[in-house]
Amino acid sequence: MSDFTIFLIDATVKSVIIIITLLTGFAYATLLERRFIALIQQRIGPNRAGPFGLLQPVADGIKLFFKEDIVPLQADKVIFTLAPAITAVPALIVLAVVPLGGEVNLFGYKTTLGLANINVGVLYILAVTSISVYGIVLAGWSSANKYAMLGGLRSSAQMISYELAMGLSILAPVMLTGSMNLQDIINAQKDVWFIFIQPIAGIIFIITMLAETNRTPFDLPEAEQELTAGYHTEYSGMKFAGFFMAEYIKMIAVSAIAASLFFGGYRLFGLENLLGGWMGPFILGAKVIAGLMFMIWLRATLPRIRYDHLMAFGWKVLLPLSLANAVVTAVLLALGMFPAFA
Amino acid sequence: MPGVILFAILALVAILSAIGMLTSTNAVHAALFLVINLACIAVFFLGLSAPFLAMVQVTVYAGAIMVLFLFVIMLLGAERVPLSSRLRWQAPLAIALVLALLAVTLLVAFSPQVQGNLVNPRPVPPEAQGFGSPQAVGETLFARYLLPFQMVGLLLLVAMIGVVVLTKDERKPTGHISENAQASDRAA
Repeated sequence: MSDFTIFLIDATVKSVIIIITLLTGFAYATLLERRFIALIQQRIGPNRAGPFGLLQPVADGIKLFFKEDIVPLQADKVIFTLAPAITAVPALIVLAVVPLGGEVNLFGYKTTLGLANINVGVLYILAVTSISVYGIVLAGWSSANKYAMLGGLRSSAQMISYELAMGLSILAPVMLTGSMNLQDIINAQKDVWFIFIQPIAGIIFIITMLAETNRTPFDLPEAEQELTAGYHTEYSGMKFAGFFMAEYIKMIAVSAIAASLFFGGYRLFGLENLLGGWMGPFILGAKVIAGLMFMIWLRATLPRIRYDHLMAFGWKVLLPLSLANAVVTAVLLALGMFPAFA
Repeated sequence: MPGVILFAILALVAILSAIGMLTSTNAVHAALFLVINLACIAVFFLGLSAPFLAMVQVTVYAGAIMVLFLFVIMLLGAERVPLSSRLRWQAPLAIALVLALLAVTLLVAFSPQVQGNLVNPRPVPPEAQGFGSPQAVGETLFARYLLPFQMVGLLLLVAMIGVVVLTKDERKPTGHISENAQASDRAA
């Protein structure tokens, strides 16, 4: 077999595994959310379908599948149908550049855990997240519904505004390592996580990642009291499931990215080298679950922020703060007063 | 060989999306066709070993500028393009000019006089291998062309301040951000 064929098979197998993992992860993230919130609110939560409610996601899937698929008469049918796909695809492909582990040996075939180890990985993440705005704004517009339109405009304005602060906070690990390659960034955190070296950038990233995924306290697109259900008001059945899936897969993806940028990625005190390197994905998975539970906990704790407060917070607090942090880090690095991790 | 197949498919998509953008009567559809076109160009940059440009192309053009286009079209409700336009006379002229451009391009691509044409491409010199890397772009911008770069930055800053001043509410400030000011912030 030629090198190109091997590369093609390698990439295809890895892509399929990543996508199946994400889809399964989405199904069980919904169950995790419902059970964990029930625990916090002293309820029981879904526990009827299967042991501990483990078959609940399957039941939900079947229900959504058999629902009537309604397309509004005035809707732009092509875009109305495409919008859930445009939302879901960026969420599925953003993990392509995140390293899932070190090099492993599979029956004599050496391969690196992770799909693509590219030099502009951080830029790829920013590019893909900037594309995911389209699905939401187009869903709102194509529904031919005032509430959907306002919800779509609101959430896309929110995502664009918080993307800036997010980009600037990602700059901190990039400057510390002098590389936009996520593998380099994770390797540099072998001894100490970047959240301890760059706490401001880390906290800003966590706040903006909540805004990017439209989670509480930034879930204004779904402010039911004002906008019914926001951009997905008119959606039902599997198309609605597309948006639902995108939200949870985005949560998984941003947790994995946050773990890689600020919490050491798949590394944990050298434990990732156990089992011939196969521990890496499990360590990253544990960190992702921790991130998901943090986001769910926030949803159970915090109220929703008013829209103008949200915009003011993004533009007047987060953006200047992240800019100042980037400038101070750059100056300290140039003066040699900051430990470099290159 | 895989590169050539990929290029052919992408080139077809790029051309079809460009034609779709020109012929669609709905401004939102036109904007979306342009997004597809810009994404294809980003992949072309990747093929030319300029990954930094490719990612910036997606982030800035497809991700930021075109979203703003869509915002304006949607907020103004201006998606319907009138069929009877005053610019009808431009169509035959445009076709003639496109044919002329195509003829010149083909002439250059296949002419034996031009060094490095489609028939015998010139090998990429080794010093050009890393020209598209973030380091190379950064060094060019911040070392070689520092002054022009700073001046462009200043120009953009002036434009940004101008937009903020122009959209400022005439009434007394109430501590509430107007929708206009936000839109202009994003535009800047």
